[in-house]
Amino acid sequence: MGWARKILRVNLTQGTCTPEPLNMQWADEYLGSRGLASKYLISEIDPKVDPLSPDNKMIMSTGPLTGTMASTGGRYTIVTKGPLTGAIACSNSGGFFGAEMKFAGWDMIIFEGKSPKPVYLYVENDRAELRDASGLWGKSCWETEETIKKQHQDPQIRVSSIGRAGENQVLYACVVNDLHRAAGRSGVGAVMGSKNLKAVALRGTKGVGGIKDFKGFMAATTAAKKVLADNAVTGEGLPKYGTQVLMNVINEMGSLPTRNHKDVQFEDAAKISAEAMHEKRASDGKSQLVTNAACFGCTIACGRISEIDKGHFTVVNKPEYWGASGGLEYEAAWALGAANGVGDIEALQYANLLCNEQGMDPISFGATVGAVMELYEMGVLTNEQIGVDAPFGSAEALARFTEMTALGEGFGVEIGQGSKRLCEKYGHPELSMTVKGQEFPAYDARGIQGMGLTYATSNRGACHLRSYTVASEVLGIPVKTDPLVTEGKPELVKAFQDATAIFDSAGICVFTSFAWTLADVQPQLQAACDGDWSMEKLNLVGERIWNMERQFNTAAGFTRKDDDLPPRLKTEPAQTGPAKGLVSGIDKMIPEYYQIRGWTPDGVVTEETAGRLGL
Amino acid sequence: MLKSLHIDPAKCTGCLQCEMACSYEHHGVFNPSKSRIKVFNFEAEGKKVPYTCTQCAEAWCMNACPVDAIRLDAATGAKVVHEDICVGCKVCTIACPFGTINYEQDSGKVQKCDLCDDNPACAAACPTSAITYIDADWTGLDKMRQWAAKANTATPAT
Repeated sequence: MGWARKILRVNLTQGTCTPEPLNMQWADEYLGSRGLASKYLISEIDPKVDPLSPDNKMIMSTGPLTGTMASTGGRYTIVTKGPLTGAIACSNSGGFFGAEMKFAGWDMIIFEGKSPKPVYLYVENDRAELRDASGLWGKSCWETEETIKKQHQDPQIRVSSIGRAGENQVLYACVVNDLHRAAGRSGVGAVMGSKNLKAVALRGTKGVGGIKDFKGFMAATTAAKKVLADNAVTGEGLPKYGTQVLMNVINEMGSLPTRNHKDVQFEDAAKISAEAMHEKRASDGKSQLVTNAACFGCTIACGRISEIDKGHFTVVNKPEYWGASGGLEYEAAWALGAANGVGDIEALQYANLLCNEQGMDPISFGATVGAVMELYEMGVLTNEQIGVDAPFGSAEALARFTEMTALGEGFGVEIGQGSKRLCEKYGHPELSMTVKGQEFPAYDARGIQGMGLTYATSNRGACHLRSYTVASEVLGIPVKTDPLVTEGKPELVKAFQDATAIFDSAGICVFTSFAWTLADVQPQLQAACDGDWSMEKLNLVGERIWNMERQFNTAAGFTRKDDDLPPRLKTEPAQTGPAKGLVSGIDKMIPEYYQIRGWTPDGVVTEETAGRLGL
Repeated sequence: MLKSLHIDPAKCTGCLQCEMACSYEHHGVFNPSKSRIKVFNFEAEGKKVPYTCTQCAEAWCMNACPVDAIRLDAATGAKVVHEDICVGCKVCTIACPFGTINYEQDSGKVQKCDLCDDNPACAAACPTSAITYIDADWTGLDKMRQWAAKANTATPAT
C-alpha cells in the first residue's frame, strides 16, 4: 500500500497529539508528500491567513515511496503558507528523518496553533508527546540534535529542528534535519519558530510493510537503480562532483548570475567550483572535499562532506567548525559566492556551515547579501548603518553578515527579512532579484530562457526545483532545447512542472529525474500503492497538484503581475557569454503558458480546467 | 569453498540500502531497526562504516549458548540462530566481543547475520560494492592488487 494510512495531528495551543486515519481518497487523488500535504493544508487554512500567526498550519509529510528500497526514497516535505512569499510553501528534504517518520508508522504530522512555551515533539512509534524545550531554545540545530539524543539516551533518534534563525523568524529560516539536510526554502523554519516548536524527534521501529506487490516492487526498484547507475549524470557526475559539477558549466553558458545579476559570468567561478573542492590546498595540503554521502536509500550519493581550512580567517579560533560537515552544494556556493562576487571558497564554506548550524536558507540569504552589496556600492547603505565595509567580493563582509543574520544581531535583522523588503525599505525595489518575494537560485534567466518562465510561474516564488528545464536546455535531458530562445518553453515548463509534482509527491528525490522519466517511477508506484497508477493517471495527478497550488495562491491574493521578473532581467542585456545582448523573453512566454495551462489571460484557473482536473 | 562478507568502508555512502535489504530478507519489511548489518556514521570524520558478524571460526556466541540454539551451517560457515530453540536469554549478546548478535524484542529471540543461505541480501543491494561476498581465503586480494599496482616494475639500467 505504500502509505502508513495514519497521520498525527498536533495541536500546539492545547498540547494534544491525536492520531487520525489518512484520507485514502485524497491519497488516491494527490499521491503523498507535497501533493497530499498541500491538499490537507488548503482544506484546513484560510488562504489569507498571516503565515506567522497561530492560524497557519505546518505539515511534515512523507510519500508512499519514503522508507522503501526505491532509490532516494527518504524524502519528506514541509508544507505551509510561507512568510517570505505569502504563497504556498513547500520545502523538501533528504537525510534520514523522513524515512524514520514512516518507520514510526506515520504518513504525516500536522501542526496547528501555537504553543504557549517552547516545546519539541517526541514520537516513538505510536507514542507521541510534546515535551518542554525551554532548555533547547537559543540552541543551534546541531546542539539541539545532540542534546535530544543525549537526553533520551538514544543515538538512533532522528531530529528536525530550527536554529536561532527560525526562533528569530528570519523570513527564509529553514528546518534542518540530520545536521546538514534542510527543508530549505520559503521560510518554513520561521513558521515553526512562530509556533514555539523547536524540534521534532522521531524513533520508529515498525518499518514499512504492506507493499502491494513486494516481488514486483523489488524488480521495479532494482531496474530503476540500474538506470541511475548507468547514467552519466547520476552514475558519475553527481557522485564524484556533487551538484557543484554545474559551476563551471553554467558559467561558460553565461548563465551564472553574478553580483546581484549585474553580470552573467563570474571571473572566479573556477575557484569556487567542484574541481576546486577536489584540489589540494596550498595551506594544509588537504582538499576541502572529504567524501561524498548519500541520503536515506539514495544510490546516487551527490552529498558533499567537507573540511574547512583550519587556518582560514573565518575559523582560526573556532574549532567547532573544524570537523567534516555538509557542503558545498552548487546553490549555496553560487548564492554565497558568485551572487556577491566572493571567490574565497573557504569563506563560502564557513557561511554555509553557519546556515546549516542555525537553520537559514543559503540561497535567499546569499542573494540578499548581493542586494546589500549593490546598495553599499551605490552609497545607499554605509558602513555606519551596516557595521562593515561591504563592496562586492568582500569575504569579510560575507562572513560577518552571516553571523549577524544567523544570530539576529545589528543589520543582520534586516538582511533576515529578505531582499524584497530590504530593497523596498531603502528605496530600490528594482534591485531585489526575486519573484513573489523569494530570491532567485543559480541560473540566469537571460542565458537559460526556460528558467525565467520557471521562476515567474513557480508556485512557491522563484525556484529552480519546480521545473528544472536546465536539464533540457543545458544537459539535453530528455531532449536538448536551445537555451537562448523562448519558443517551445511554455510547453516544456508545463511538462516539467507536472512531472516534478509527481517526483516530489512520491517521496523520492527530484535529482533522479536526470536519469528517470515518469515511466521509470510509474512501475515503482504501481507495485507499491493500492489502486491504479498508470502514466495517464500520474500525468493527471501532477497537473492537478500544480493547479491546486495555483488556486491557493490566487485565493491568497496573487495575480498576473506577480508572475514576473525584476526589470533588470527584462531591460539590462547580458554583457558577456553566449547570451550577450539578450534579455529575458518572459513577457512573450507568459500568455502562451497561461493558454497551454487552460487559465484565463489573467492567470486564473478556469472552471473548465478545474473541472477537468477534478478540483 | 566458503565465502565471506567483505566490507570496504571507504566505498560506503551511508545510504542504508543494506539495512533495508537485510530487514526485508528476514522480516518481510523495510526496517533498519531490524537489520543485522548496521552502518555507522562518524560525522566529524566524514566516515561511514557498515558492520556485521564476521562468522568467527571459534564463535563465542555459539559456545556461550546454554541451549545450543546457535549452530554452524557447514555449507556457508555461518553461525545460525535457530529461533525454535533460542530462549532469548541473551547470554550470547554478552559473549560476543563485537556486539553483532542482538536481542529482538518483537520475537523475544536473538538475531545475527546468517549469510542469507549463501546469498547475502546486503551485498546484493549495496550500490557501491562497499559490501561484497567473496572467497573467504582471499578477502585481502583487492588490497594486495592495489599495492601490487604500485610496485615499480621498471628494469634498472645496466
